[in-house]
Order: sequence, then structure tokens, then C-alpha cells
Amino acid sequence: MKEIYLDNNATTKVDELVFEEMRPYFCELYGNPSSMHFFGGQVQKKVDQARARVAALLGAHPDEIVFTACGTESDNSAIRSALEVFPEKRHIITSRVEHPAVLTQCRNLTKRGYRVTELNVDGEGRLDMAELEAALDDDTALVSLMYANNETGVIFPIEEAAKLVKAKGALFHTDAVQAVGKIPLDMAASSIDLLSISGHKLHAPKGVGVLYVRRGTPFRPFLVGGHQERGRRAGTENTASIIAMGKACELAMEHMADENTRVRAMRDRLERELSALIPNTRINGGGADRLPNTLSIAMEFVEGEGILLLLSEKGICASSGSACTSGSLEPSHVLRAMGVPFTCAHGSIRFSLSRFTTDAEIDTVIKELPPIIHRLREMSPFGREFLNKK
Amino acid sequence: MWDYTDKVKEHFLNPRNVGEIEDADAVGEVGSLACGDALKLFIKLDEKKERIVDAKFQTFGCGSAIASSSALTEMVKGKTLDEALQVTNQEIADFLGGLPEEKMHCSVMGQEALEAAIAKYRGVDAPAHGHGHDHVENEGEIVCKCFGLTDGFLKKVIAANKLHTAEQVTHFTKAGGACGGCIPKIKEIIAEVMGEEKKAAASKPAAKLTNLKKMQLIQEVLENEVRPQLWADGGDLELVDIDGSNVQVAFRKACAGCASSGYTAKFVEQKLRELVAPDINVQEVQG
Ligand SMILES: Cc1ncc(COP(=O)(O)O)c(C=O)c1O
Repeated sequence: MKEIYLDNNATTKVDELVFEEMRPYFCELYGNPSSMHFFGGQVQKKVDQARARVAALLGAHPDEIVFTACGTESDNSAIRSALEVFPEKRHIITSRVEHPAVLTQCRNLTKRGYRVTELNVDGEGRLDMAELEAALDDDTALVSLMYANNETGVIFPIEEAAKLVKAKGALFHTDAVQAVGKIPLDMAASSIDLLSISGHKLHAPKGVGVLYVRRGTPFRPFLVGGHQERGRRAGTENTASIIAMGKACELAMEHMADENTRVRAMRDRLERELSALIPNTRINGGGADRLPNTLSIAMEFVEGEGILLLLSEKGICASSGSACTSGSLEPSHVLRAMGVPFTCAHGSIRFSLSRFTTDAEIDTVIKELPPIIHRLREMSPFGREFLNKK
Repeated sequence: MWDYTDKVKEHFLNPRNVGEIEDADAVGEVGSLACGDALKLFIKLDEKKERIVDAKFQTFGCGSAIASSSALTEMVKGKTLDEALQVTNQEIADFLGGLPEEKMHCSVMGQEALEAAIAKYRGVDAPAHGHGHDHVENEGEIVCKCFGLTDGFLKKVIAANKLHTAEQVTHFTKAGGACGGCIPKIKEIIAEVMGEEKKAAASKPAAKLTNLKKMQLIQEVLENEVRPQLWADGGDLELVDIDGSNVQVAFRKACAGCASSGYTAKFVEQKLRELVAPDINVQEVQG
């Protein structure tokens, strides 16, 4: 069965062009970029090129790009660094809907005596800038807010937030793992100090990330040892993946317009048709500014895992923000923070598209999902009550 | 993705006995929309009202909840009510070739619905359980507020399935799986159930221990009972010294410098008193 892959916020296919770019750097051009010989030197040149390509996508300077091993490492490094830079400040601000790569670390810090403010979101997943402003004080070392949410695609007004934070003298970090490559960013015109990227969300391989560190922003490394990455991240570079990351960023730039027109149109069609064909649905974050590729749709009276398993029988890969799939038992912390009612929080499904998604694949989902929901509703005591009433 | 057996998948994709029995003799309902799973079970008895001739279900829940309900209805057909009451959640899981531990609560839900149906038919109170806020009345004290689970219900599941950790209790009952506020209480209940079992097994007070035996036992309890629980919270401890009944420990990792380490020391002491000797004192030292 050929898969219909609509789970691109979880991970993406490595673009064939990206793979071709990295392929020689395993068995042939395997030199260490730090070496003094020509053999390492030629790899150094490719790593430099990759750095320039990432910088170009972000509107940044190449020396502001630090390669890491994943998005999680970038997030962890940024937060730790900020706290080391301001040892006397003991307050961090984040939001309730962050990825665990940020949230878990912040919550662990409360055990070490830090004060952590988790900003709320409204029913559409939006931040309240007044709440941010009120939470900021002289003790605040760092504010870390995600650029776009991985579950709902909701985009936060990050530039506005960064300006507020800079005015108070704290550092500003954003987890832009889901945003980079999908929407244009320009660090040259930004107030962001630190920004995290993950390769595998933009058609580069898993296990490579980037931390953007603005020129002049004080920084303390997480991994110490060798002088790689100008002392900001020790450890011999993952050259092949870094080179892949560079290529992926170059391609992301080329496809940015496509992402925001063709991909967006497919997402919008999927949303419109499913909402019309399936009674009692709601779009999580539908009223907010969202990524062009993400659709989180909640369906009342059914549970997400059953939907995913039946979709999977049809070759359709999606994900759910619901209890049973993740091993935890509550609906996702994101949907809970948004106050999505229990009647549909358990039945929320996320479809996340990419530039490799086709119209025919969207057609298949539109055809297959409505009968699956009907079938599960017939099986569910609450679904039956609802169907009988109709 | 869950590693479901083929039998679970098959019962999920082709569930047996979905629907309702209009003239059912007994109906049992557990769970709610808020809990994330719910089961409504219908039972029809033969003319003599002895044996179950038909069973049907409606389930809101994940794949294994649907498969467990399907299995349950197949298993109880042909049984008398008393025989049906003997069906354990482990048997439901076994019928399906096993369930991932995180999903054992689905089999527990099946067993509960069956008990609820039969109790209702017989006009007696449903046994103390929690699944389904509607059924919990005065049946014990609510431990898990998020899912409305009582201590009586938890004790029963802990004893029947020989559960040792709070995490297992969450997998089997969901208790503690949401806000986590009741996890310390769950640990106490586990200790209580294990203590009762130990007592039942030994049924006489432990003989006086020699010092060497005592030291060995203390080390064993720390290794097998205490440290695994601390690891679960990202903590650890180290045994520093044993002097008669005085045990000195140092806390490590997340436990070190944690505001609740006083509480943790008490927990260690309670365990050692229960499983080694009642006169043990635990002291926290910086080591
Ligand atoms: C918003 C967000 N942040 C961080 C991460 C973690 O990235 P990585 O898997 O590269 O560690 C992810 C993806 O899993 C994500 O969606």
C-alpha cells in the first residue's frame, strides 16, 4: 500500500535533492572539517556553504548560525544559556502550549528555584500580549515562546512579543521548528535573540538542528570540549547532515511561495470539505493566524486512536492530539490549554501537509474520513445518542 | 504506534456484537466522555434467567477499548451470571493475546461494565469502583479526582494484577494519568496492599533479625522497592551507613536539594519499617 503521508509536522521526507547533496560525505568525503589537510578542508568549505544557506533562509549572518543535533538540543541550549548569562535573574516566561522540548525543561527548573510563568492562550490558541507584558519584570532572564504550534499550526505574534521583551532587558528565544521553511522569517528586521530549527521538519534528515544566536547576544555553550562552531557547540560536526540542512534551507526558500499558495489551498479545501461532510466538527485554532500546512480538526463523540487506526488501514498517515496514542491519558496539553471541550478534544486529528502532498491524496482523505467517523459514532454510546437525535 | 496483537487488530477492525439489546435484562455503563473512554454493555439472559444468551456493546474509546469490549461479549456468552463475574481483566487481555501495559485499563473497563450490569440486575449496589463518575457514591474515598476513582477500586485492581508502581496503576486504571496530583496517595495504597499481602503470606510477625540479616534486607528493600520509585521521578538515593536500626541515606539527582526530600525520607522510612523492622529510623545526610 502506498502511504498518503499527512503527518509532516511529526517529520518529513528527506528531499531526494537533499539526499544527493549529503551522499558523498559518508564514504568518500569523510574528512574532519577541523583537519589541516586538503581532505578535511574541502568538507569545511561545504559546511561553510551550508551555514550561508541557512543564514540566507533566515535573513541572518552566517556567523549567527550554530549547528546542533536536533531541535530539542537547540531549545535546551538556548534556555540554559540565557540562565547562565543572567545568574542573578530567577524568572522565565513561556506558554502553556510549548513543545515538551521547552516546557519540560522550564518545569524542571522550578525544582531548582526558578519562577516560571506559563502564559495562557484563548480558545483559538492565541496569546494575550497584555498578559506577557504584565508578567515581565526585572527578574525575568528569558522569555521563550514558540513561533508556530506543532499541533494546531497557530502562529504567535513573535515580533511583537520580542520587542516587548527586549524593552525589559530580558533575552528572547523562539522555538521556530514548525515555522522555518513554511513561512518567511527575516532576522535582519527582527528582535529575536535566539531561535531554534530542526532539520527533519523541513525535508532534511533527523538528528540535525540549528540554533540562531544574534550577533552580540551573550551565549554560554551547552556542550563544551573542542572549538567547533566557534566554541558555541563542541563535538565533531555531523557534516553530512549539516550539508543536507543547508540544501534543505535553499530548497525551502525556492518553495516558500508554493507552500503558501498551493499547499495552503489544499489544506483549505481539506478543511472546508471535511467540515461540510462530517457533522459536529470544529477547527482547532481556526480563528487564528495559522501555518499554511496544518489542519487540526475535532470531531465530537469519537476517540482519536480509532480514527487513526482506521485511516491507517487506508494508507493515510495522520496524528491525533488525543489521549490514547501518546501513552498519556489526557487530551493534549495544547488542546486542554485552549479549553477545547471534552466532547471533541479526544477526537482531534491533525493533518499536516507538505510540498509533496498532491490533490489526489487530499481527495482520498475527503472520501475516506467521513465514513470512518460515522462508523465509530455508531459504535460509541454518545455518538449513537447524537445520531438518533438527528 | 502501539504494538497490538493480530487478535486485537482483528477485533478492532471487525468488532463482534456492536449495538444494543432492546429487551436486555441487564445494562452496565462505565466511563464518560471526559474520561476518554466509556462502555455500555447489554446482557440478555435465557428464559430461566440463568445463562447469558446474548451480549452487545457500545464503546467510545481507543482501538484496544473497542477490541476489549468485543472480546468481553464473546467471552460471557453461555456463562451463568456467577461464572461471568469470575472473568478477570487479565482473562480479557489474554483472550486478545495480550494488551500493551499502557492499555490494560481497557480490559479493566470491560470487567467493570460487566460487574455493573450484573449488580444492577441483581438490585445490589455496584462494587466500589470509579470509572464513570455516575457510579461512585459512597463507595470509598475518591483518590483520583480527574477520573473519579476510589481507593476501594484501586486496591482491588492493584491486588488482582499484583501492581508495584504508580505508573502501572496508571496504565491499569488511568488513576494519576491526568494531573498526577494523587500519585503520592497511589504509592501509599500500593504500600498498603503489598503490606497486607506480605502479612497474609507470613501471617506471623517476622522473627527477630540478626544484624547481618537486617543489613542485607535493608539493602534489598532499598534496591528493589525504593530506588525504582525514585527513578520514576528522576531521583535516586545512596545508602551511606547502617548502624543498628539507624539508616543513613543521601539523595541524588532530582531528589537532591528537592524541597520534598523530607517527604522522601519519610517514604523510605515507612517502606523499611514495613518490610524490614518497625524500629528503623531513616536519616538524610549530605554524602
Ligand atoms: C515545535 C517543536 N519544537 C521542537 C521539536 C523537537 O525537535 P527535534 O525532534 O529535532 O528534537 C519539535 C518536533 O518534534 C517541534 O514540533
